[in-house]
Amino acid sequence: MAMTIRQFDAVVVGAGGSGLRAALQLAESNLRVAVLSKVFPTRSHTVAAQGGVSASLGNDEPDNWHWHMYDTVKGSDYLGDQDAIEYMCRKANEVVIELEHFGMPFDRLDNGKIYQRPFGGHTSNYGERPVKRACAAADRTGHAMLHTLYQRNVRANTQFFVEWMALDLIRDADGDVVGVVALEMETGEVMIFQAKATLLATGGAGRIYAASTNAFINTGDGLGMVARAGIPLQDMEFWQFHPTGVAGAGVLITEGVRGEGGFLLNKNGERFMERYAPTVKDLAGRDVVARAMATEIKEGRGCGKDADHILLKLDHLGADVIDKRLPGIREIAKKFANVDPVKDPIPVVPTCHYMMGGIPTNIGGQVIVPDGKGGEQVIRGLYAAGECACVSVHGANRLGTNSLLDLLVFGKSSGDQVVHDLASDTLTQKPLPADAGDYTRARLARLDGAKSGESVAEVGAELRRTMQLHCGVFRFPDSLTEGVRKIREVADRAANSFIADKSKVFNTARVEALELDNLVETAVSTMISADARHESRGAHDRSDYPSRDDAAWMKHTLWFKEGDKLEYKPVKLKPMTVESFEPKARVY
Amino acid sequence: MVNREVVGAHYGLRDWLLQRITAVIMVFYTLILLSALYAMPTFDYMNWKALWQSSVMRYSSFLFVLALAFHAWIGVRNIFMDYIKVASLRLVLYVVVILALCSYFAWAVQILWGR
Amino acid sequence: MRFQIYRFNPDQDSAPHMQEYDIALEPTDRMLLDALMRIKTVDDTFSFRRSCREGVCGSDAMNINGKNGLACITPLADVQEPVVIRPLPGMPVIRDLIVDMSQFFKQYHSVTPYVINDTPRPDGERLQSPEDREELNGLYECILCACCSTACPSFWWNPDKFVGPAGLLQAYRFIADTRDHATNDRLDNLEDPYRLFRCHSIMNCVDVCPKNLNPTKAIGKIKGLMLKRVL
Repeated sequence: MAMTIRQFDAVVVGAGGSGLRAALQLAESNLRVAVLSKVFPTRSHTVAAQGGVSASLGNDEPDNWHWHMYDTVKGSDYLGDQDAIEYMCRKANEVVIELEHFGMPFDRLDNGKIYQRPFGGHTSNYGERPVKRACAAADRTGHAMLHTLYQRNVRANTQFFVEWMALDLIRDADGDVVGVVALEMETGEVMIFQAKATLLATGGAGRIYAASTNAFINTGDGLGMVARAGIPLQDMEFWQFHPTGVAGAGVLITEGVRGEGGFLLNKNGERFMERYAPTVKDLAGRDVVARAMATEIKEGRGCGKDADHILLKLDHLGADVIDKRLPGIREIAKKFANVDPVKDPIPVVPTCHYMMGGIPTNIGGQVIVPDGKGGEQVIRGLYAAGECACVSVHGANRLGTNSLLDLLVFGKSSGDQVVHDLASDTLTQKPLPADAGDYTRARLARLDGAKSGESVAEVGAELRRTMQLHCGVFRFPDSLTEGVRKIREVADRAANSFIADKSKVFNTARVEALELDNLVETAVSTMISADARHESRGAHDRSDYPSRDDAAWMKHTLWFKEGDKLEYKPVKLKPMTVESFEPKARVY
Repeated sequence: MVNREVVGAHYGLRDWLLQRITAVIMVFYTLILLSALYAMPTFDYMNWKALWQSSVMRYSSFLFVLALAFHAWIGVRNIFMDYIKVASLRLVLYVVVILALCSYFAWAVQILWGR
Repeated sequence: MRFQIYRFNPDQDSAPHMQEYDIALEPTDRMLLDALMRIKTVDDTFSFRRSCREGVCGSDAMNINGKNGLACITPLADVQEPVVIRPLPGMPVIRDLIVDMSQFFKQYHSVTPYVINDTPRPDGERLQSPEDREELNGLYECILCACCSTACPSFWWNPDKFVGPAGLLQAYRFIADTRDHATNDRLDNLEDPYRLFRCHSIMNCVDVCPKNLNPTKAIGKIKGLMLKRVL
C-alpha cells in the first residue's frame, strides 16, 4: 500500500527547546513548517532543566563573553570547536534577552533585571573565581523556557503533529535528505513528510544508561535515524555524569544548589571538593566533581550503610532561600529521597545526564560529513540542533547552563540557516526516490510479523546494564573491550525484537521497540568510540591512559554504522575573531 | 453543517455579581425578620398582624422576594446550562421558570399589599 | 501488589473492562509509575503515557483510587490495595489510560497563552521588580497535566465552553504579568457565563493539583479584576 505523502517547506523533528526555537524562526518567516513530536511539546525533556541558562549579561557583577568563552573552552577540555564556542557565547545575551521579551518568567534582581546565580565552571576573569552567569527562573528554568517557547509558537501558528514519531530519513540518489517517514501513534498510520529541509531536534539519549536523569522519551531517535541513513555520529564517547542525581532514583538535583551555596560531604563530614578543586571547590566542572565523588565512594568514604552515595548539604542556606530559589528541589528531595533539605542533606550520586556528542553540524545546524578528500561537505536538506547535534560547543564536557544556551543559539541559527537556504534556492523540492519509505516499511513489517523473538524490555535493560557497567564515570580497558562485545550482542538481539501487541491504535509497545533500535545505535557508537579513544579527556576517563594526550587525540571521533568504522577530524582551534585559547592543564 | 462553538455572551459578570448581591440582601432580610420575631412581646395573631402592617416589613419583604426571584433565576439557569444540552428544550424551560418566578412575585405582592 | 486497571482497545474491545494484575515488585519500585512499568513488561499491550518520571512533564496523569494524580510522584506506600486505576475522567479514551486531550489544549490555547506587548522591544530585558515577578509564582509552574480540569464537574458538563481551571490559571498568569499589556482583551475574552463563570468554587482542582497550585484563587482574582473594571 502506498504511503500518504505530505509536503512542507521544512519539517522539524522534535519539539523541545531547540525544535521550538527553530520552528519559531521558520513559522515567523511564513514557511510551511511541520513540527513532529513524540509527546505534546511541553512534555519534552527541556522541561526538566533546572538551574539556569548562561549569558554574560553582567547584571549582578562584571562579566563578558570572552570569560564565558574561556570557561566553555576549558570546560570542554579543549575538545570544543572554538569558532562555534565564540559564536555561542557572543550570541548568548541576545537570545536570552529575546526569550525574556517572549515572556520568560525569569527571577529578578532588585533593579528589575534578570537574576543570575553562580554555576559550575563559570568564572570571572579567566578562572579567578565563580561568577554569576546563570539566568534563572527559580529551579524551573527549563520548564519556564519550554512553556515560553511553546507559547510563542502558539502565537506564530506553528503547525504541530503531536504524538508522531519520526522513524527514518529519506535520502535520494545524490545523498540529499528529502524528508522523513513518520508514524502517527494514535492511528498507527505511517506517512511520508516530504520537505525541502529536515531539521532534527530530537534531544538526548540518556536512556542508554541504567542510572539516568533523562526522561523515558530520551532515546536518541535522531541519532538512530542519522546512523541508519549512513551519516556518522561525532564524539559519542563523551557522556556527562551529573554529580547530583538523587541516589537510587536518578532524579536531577540542580547544580544551582551548589551555586546558591550548597556543598558536598563525604561520610566523615568533610567538604572534600576543597581537595580536588581548591579555587572553585564545589563549582568545578561537572566531570571533575563527578569523578571526585566517584573516587570518594570508591575509596570507602561514601555515606549510608552501603557507603554508596555522597551527601549534598544545603540546610545552612535557610528555609527562605530554599523556598525562594530552590522550591522544586525541596519538592523532589521530599518525594524521591525522603528528606527535607531544610533540615537534612540530600543523598546523591553521579548520574548519566547529557550527551556531548551527536550529529556533526556546523554553526548553521547544517549536517556535515567528511567529503572523502580530507575536507567536509554539507548534507543538503539535513539540519540538526540541540542535544542531538554536536557543533561542537561542549567538547568533552559541558558546563552547566550551556545546554539551554546551546538550544536557544543553535535552534535559532539553524532555523535562520533553513530560511536562508530556502530563500537562496539552495534547497528546492526534490522528487522522492522511488523506494522512499520501503526501508521503514520493511522494519515495521518485520516487527509486526514476528511470532517470537527477544523481549524489548529485557534487551533494553541489558543494554542499560551493559553501558552502566562498562562505560561509566571510570572506564577500564578490559571492561571496555568486554563492553564492545556485549553491546554488539545486545544489538543482534534487538534486531530480533518481538512485541505481543500488534494493535494499530496507540501501540506503545511498538513505539518502544522502534526506540530500542535508536538506543542501540547510540549505545554501540558510544562503546566503540570510547574503546578507541586512548586518553582521558573531560568526561572520558580511562585507567590505562590517565591523562589528556593533545598530540595524538585532540580530534573529534566520527563513528559510521556501516562497517562500524571510525574516522577522526581535527578540532577547530581557531575562533571567529579572537585569539585561540591554547590547551593547558585543567585546574579548578 | 458547521458545528461552531459560540461563546462570549458578555453577561457573566453581571449575573455573577447580581447573585452575590441578592444573596446579601436575603441574608440581611433574614436577620431583620428574625430580630422582629425576637422583639415580639408575645407570639400571637395580633402582634403578627401588626408586624405586617409596618411599611418597613412590607418593603423589605418586597425587596427580599425580588432578590429571591433573581437569585433563583440565575441559579436555576446555571443548572440548566450544565444539564440541558438541547437548546430548544432549554429555552422552553427558561420560559417556564421565568413565568413561574413572575407569578410567584406577583403573588407575593398581592399577599403583602392585598386585602 | 494488586491492581485493577481500566482497559480498552478500540481495535479489539466493544466495551471497556477492568483488568486485574497481581505484580511482584522490586525494592527499587517506589512510585506507582514503577509498578505500571513493571506491569507493562509482562503485558506489553497495556498502554499509558509517561516521560520525565519526576512530575514536571505532566504525561502520566490518571485517576488513582478515585483521585486524579501523577503516577510518577504517587508513592506506592501511600495507595490502598487493590489500586484502581482509570483514565482521567470525562475525556474521550483513545486506549487504556490514554485519553484524547485536544479539548483541554483547545481551551488552553483559547486564552491567548503568551505575553502580549506591542511596545518597541528595548535593548535589554523588560524590567520587572522582584515583587511583580512574585505575582507569577503559583501560576507559571503549571505542567498542563489536566488533573484539575478533569476533576472539575463544571468542566465535565461543558468542556467545550468552560475554559476549565488549568486554562483559567494560565489566563491569570498573563494578566498578572506586568509585561503583558492586554489585560482588557483578556478580561473581555472571559466575560461570559460559560468561559469563566461556570466555576462555582467547588475546588476539586485545588485538591488534586500535583504541583499544589490554586486555580480557584486565580479565578477569584480574575473575577475581582472584572468587578474593579465595571465599578
